[in-house]
Amino acid sequence: MTFSWEWLSLLARAARTRRGQIGLVVTGLVVLVAAVGPFVAPFPSTVSQTSPFASPSGTYPLGSDVIGRDVLSRVLAGGWLLLGVAAASTLIGVGVGLLIGLFAAYRGGVVDALVMRIVDVFLAFPPLVFALLLVSVLGSHVWLILVAVAVSHAPQVARVVRAAALDVSARDFVRAVELLGTPSRRVMTGEILPNLLSVVMVELGLRFTFAILLIASLSFLSFGIQPPAADWGLMINENRIGLTVNPWGVLLPVILIAVLTVGLNTFTDAIARTSLGLERSTERLDLVASGIASEPAL
Amino acid sequence: MRLARGSSDIVDEVSFTLDRGEILGLVGESGSGKTTVALALMGHTRSGLAIGGGRVMFAGRDLLSVGQRELRALRGARIAYVAQDPTSALTPTLKIRRQLREVFATHGTERLGGISAERRTAELLSEVGLDRVPRVLDVLPHQLSGGQQQRVILAMAFACRPDLIILDEPTTGLDVTTQRQVLDAIRTLCDSYKVAAVYVSHDLAVVSELADRVGVMYAGRIVEHGATQSVFKAPGHPYTRALLRAIPSPTRAHVLVGLEGQPPRPGHRPVGCSFAERCEFAIEACRAEMPKAGSLGRERHWARCIRSTEIVGLPPLAELPERQLRAEAADGDPVSLLQVKALSAAYGAKPILRDVSFEVKPRSCLAIVGESGAGKTTLARCIVGLHAGWQGTITFNGTPVAPDRRDRGRDIPQRLQYIFQNPYTALNPRKTVGQLVEQPLRELFSLSRQERARKVTEALDAASLSQRYAPLYPDQLSGGERQRVAIARALVVEPELLVCDEITSALDVSVQAAIVELLDDLKRTRGVSLILITHNLALVRSLADDILILRDGVMVEHSPTVLDQPQAQYTADLLRNVPDLPVAS
Amino acid sequence: MNAAVAVPSRAARLRAFERQHPVLRLVAVRVLTGVVTLWLVSVVVFAATQALPGNAAYAVLGRSATPARLHAYERLLHLNRPLIDQYGSWIGGVLGGHFGTSLANNESVSALIGPRVVNSAVLVALSGVISVLIAVTLGILTAAKRDTWFDHSASVVALAVIALPEFVVALALVILFAVLVLHALPAVSAIPPGSYPWQNLNELILPVATLVIVIGPYTFRITRGAMIDALESDHVEMARLKGLSSRRILLVHAFPSALPAVIQVIGLSLLYLAGGIVVVEYVFDYPGLGAALVDAVANRDIPTIQFLVLTLATFYVVVNIATDVIALLASPRRRAAS
Repeated sequence: MTFSWEWLSLLARAARTRRGQIGLVVTGLVVLVAAVGPFVAPFPSTVSQTSPFASPSGTYPLGSDVIGRDVLSRVLAGGWLLLGVAAASTLIGVGVGLLIGLFAAYRGGVVDALVMRIVDVFLAFPPLVFALLLVSVLGSHVWLILVAVAVSHAPQVARVVRAAALDVSARDFVRAVELLGTPSRRVMTGEILPNLLSVVMVELGLRFTFAILLIASLSFLSFGIQPPAADWGLMINENRIGLTVNPWGVLLPVILIAVLTVGLNTFTDAIARTSLGLERSTERLDLVASGIASEPAL
Repeated sequence: MRLARGSSDIVDEVSFTLDRGEILGLVGESGSGKTTVALALMGHTRSGLAIGGGRVMFAGRDLLSVGQRELRALRGARIAYVAQDPTSALTPTLKIRRQLREVFATHGTERLGGISAERRTAELLSEVGLDRVPRVLDVLPHQLSGGQQQRVILAMAFACRPDLIILDEPTTGLDVTTQRQVLDAIRTLCDSYKVAAVYVSHDLAVVSELADRVGVMYAGRIVEHGATQSVFKAPGHPYTRALLRAIPSPTRAHVLVGLEGQPPRPGHRPVGCSFAERCEFAIEACRAEMPKAGSLGRERHWARCIRSTEIVGLPPLAELPERQLRAEAADGDPVSLLQVKALSAAYGAKPILRDVSFEVKPRSCLAIVGESGAGKTTLARCIVGLHAGWQGTITFNGTPVAPDRRDRGRDIPQRLQYIFQNPYTALNPRKTVGQLVEQPLRELFSLSRQERARKVTEALDAASLSQRYAPLYPDQLSGGERQRVAIARALVVEPELLVCDEITSALDVSVQAAIVELLDDLKRTRGVSLILITHNLALVRSLADDILILRDGVMVEHSPTVLDQPQAQYTADLLRNVPDLPVAS
Repeated sequence: MNAAVAVPSRAARLRAFERQHPVLRLVAVRVLTGVVTLWLVSVVVFAATQALPGNAAYAVLGRSATPARLHAYERLLHLNRPLIDQYGSWIGGVLGGHFGTSLANNESVSALIGPRVVNSAVLVALSGVISVLIAVTLGILTAAKRDTWFDHSASVVALAVIALPEFVVALALVILFAVLVLHALPAVSAIPPGSYPWQNLNELILPVATLVIVIGPYTFRITRGAMIDALESDHVEMARLKGLSSRRILLVHAFPSALPAVIQVIGLSLLYLAGGIVVVEYVFDYPGLGAALVDAVANRDIPTIQFLVLTLATFYVVVNIATDVIALLASPRRRAAS
């Protein structure tokens, strides 16, 4: 299969562009902090060490938080869960959305209409509101957040993939294969799917960024990752009241989340530009990503 | 004049002069730089391109050095432009009236020659033959046909009575009848207003009818220039000669000679003559430096070739043998391979075909000819099973076939193959040539890997592609090469009938010639029958044993001698409207 | 028999009407599917809150559930009746304007939420209008001045800001303008009960600015992209070669082609605001629907949650339909095709 290595080559080409390099380095730094952080944190992240909102000192380089825990240790420990849940929910959401969109587009007719009506119903919930609805009934659990985010992703992805798949299915090479009597499952996986590669890669990037946004927002609203666990979104909310005393408990998580999303978005942008071929005229990228325009001929 | 993108020249050393009332034809195949030159004549370049040097002198002013304001005042008023694709050249959101009137308003010519804009508009409409179209000024562009849209653009171009008009392939994509009307309108307008024109086209026949002089472009340069008659009757450049030998004639079925290879791309052009790589007359000296324009004596006729004086003496077509058609088909098998009886087809409630009947004999080529909307593609799709909404019978080898491809089994797709019109969408861009050609074998047979590999090589060979192409992806190939891959993919299962749907319409003439010869060869050596679906009567002349004329879903005429003794008025009109080169007549 | 021939059937008259008014027909179809979508949304909301296996009453009471209190809540939420019945009485109430009683303070949901609808509407409308004005103007200007330093800097800023979460932007603004750097604006926007947001403009600035920063870059990028597409089209080249002025080309020939995409992105931005107000209102303590939703979720106030989610989803569906119809009206070719 050409499919298995081509996505790697797309990533590699994207990573060689200037935008791609910037995005990759910036994202990489934050991911490194999140991944290595828990192992190098000087203090336990959930145990009070000193007085609340203590200013930075030799022992506690970034001071302490609302109940006197070491801000540095909490920052180091508070990223991996966010990234992990975001990655898992993105993979599930994009995977499910891809299957739905591909199936609806190729089958067409009643199946398509029915599937897309259901997709419309789920699109009618703002993602954060949908997550809150689930949390209000089932309580805050990591698995629930994962499901809520994946369920918010799937219909969005389905819509974008369907538009792209409709475009691909209309091309003659699909007719040519159909004329050989190839079963539809193989037409979908062998002919259409490989041509959705760039769309899917861009969606993965966009959805991953969005998942981080959503999960961090939920934690910030205190419905996400629950205290006393260390989490960047949660930290921002906990330490808001001490902003004037020790701003680091807010400032550092804010900066990390901002840098992470900006880096991811920049890298996604690079993937999209690369996949559309030209480094220049890729202003259509946004139109394509939002479903306003369809992917130009590959 | 020179135009460049970054450091690579797109167009170089293009020079010509034009007198009032004179029409210059600029011909060349895709990528030759003819549109770039046409736009540069108006001081305009597309994004990414820049004018690197030279002058465009218009009435004593250099258009490449005047300011934007002056340029704007000239454009549309004294120099007008007619674009290639009328569907996209009109602003979709503005009514025709506003698009016409804004030309007057912008150039302050509401009262040209004491006539009000109102009357002037009416006059223009009648000049381009739009005065009979009801409410033409109050509609949006998409409500008009392609021919009408192009006439609106002509009206805009002539609105301010310009001195010079640039026409960029204005009839490409139009049917022959519409093309004839548009060409007539252009000629009348140019004559009556004494307007000079630059007519850019890939179609030598059209240019030969319209232009006083021609310039032949190749790889960004004019390689030959002279009076139309003189250039086409006695070309001095091998490229011009090769083009003429590749063009099918509506009046004579001569063997076509294709041009192998591709023009060098901008940035990869050689030091010497750009055409040397593909030239049958090339000698060592050709590769040393770019040949200067050498005069051929008459009527400002010159060519950029060091052997032009020899070549001009060679008659371009006389030695090309006439093709023998029909003869073998007539005494061939009496049994027909494909039989279509009383076929009627519809899309939903809209009828497309009515009562179409014909048969295809083994080892023969049937051409199905019609203008757009005649239902030819629908007919092809009914035959191959892509369109199931039809009544009547289609019999293949004596057995009736099911309308839907899904009910046809493996036998039919193996014996009956379809080649699509557009080679750019007919090949999966994610598969290599080898995988693409192998696919039908995988689906329709159970063969060993060695067996498949052998058949793929054989099919590629039959389509004149070497084994070297197997690992390439479609986007690494030219249009002609892609179409050969599509043909190889059809041939690999050794079919008895090939349905070819306008398979050369997206290709340059030199490539088309090679494909036509390939098809003829397949018919003769492999005994494959062909259904050739086309709008191009000249192509039919070079290939078909039997001809069926289709109009609005109905058969107009069906006989092997349609082109020589047309019975129907429609066929006679079609034939009269096909442009022809002076050489062949 | 004769009469049947003479008088066209109702279906035939309907078809004739449809042919004459394709746009009306389209609107009718869209509204109908919108109603169906909303009905399905109500089913999902109901299913999530009242029919999930974890009994809602138990969810509300959590660990403090005693059999007696559970029973009382079940009666309050009609949980002891069959699901269809429960749904019927709930949706009947909603359609009749009775949204139930808040579990948090025993007031009716409508009395509690009513004034907040106005507050949120003001926030959304103001943010929407300001961001569209700025973003569309910038999008057109940068497309016209493509590849200048002005274009590049606008694009880089947009790329950087586009992915920031609302609370990050909000806190950055609070830090800059309210708490640490300047002390010019209030960090909380608690509009006093009984007064309207426009009477407290000072308190509106930061929430509105946050939302404008969050949605503006997206609108900007789409507008710029659509304008560049339009400016590179054949008909704009034709307009240039007709000698028209740059301003006329930009506004009369290019912008209308970009308009459908711009309308769509305005729609998308408004939709985004429906979720965006939740975090922003919470950060600034702004008494709107979003903050109410956060409170309701914290209190597990099911009737209020049901009402709020349904309101936001209705907004979503209505904006979606409006966007589609307006975008279609703005593109003559697609209008003809549909």
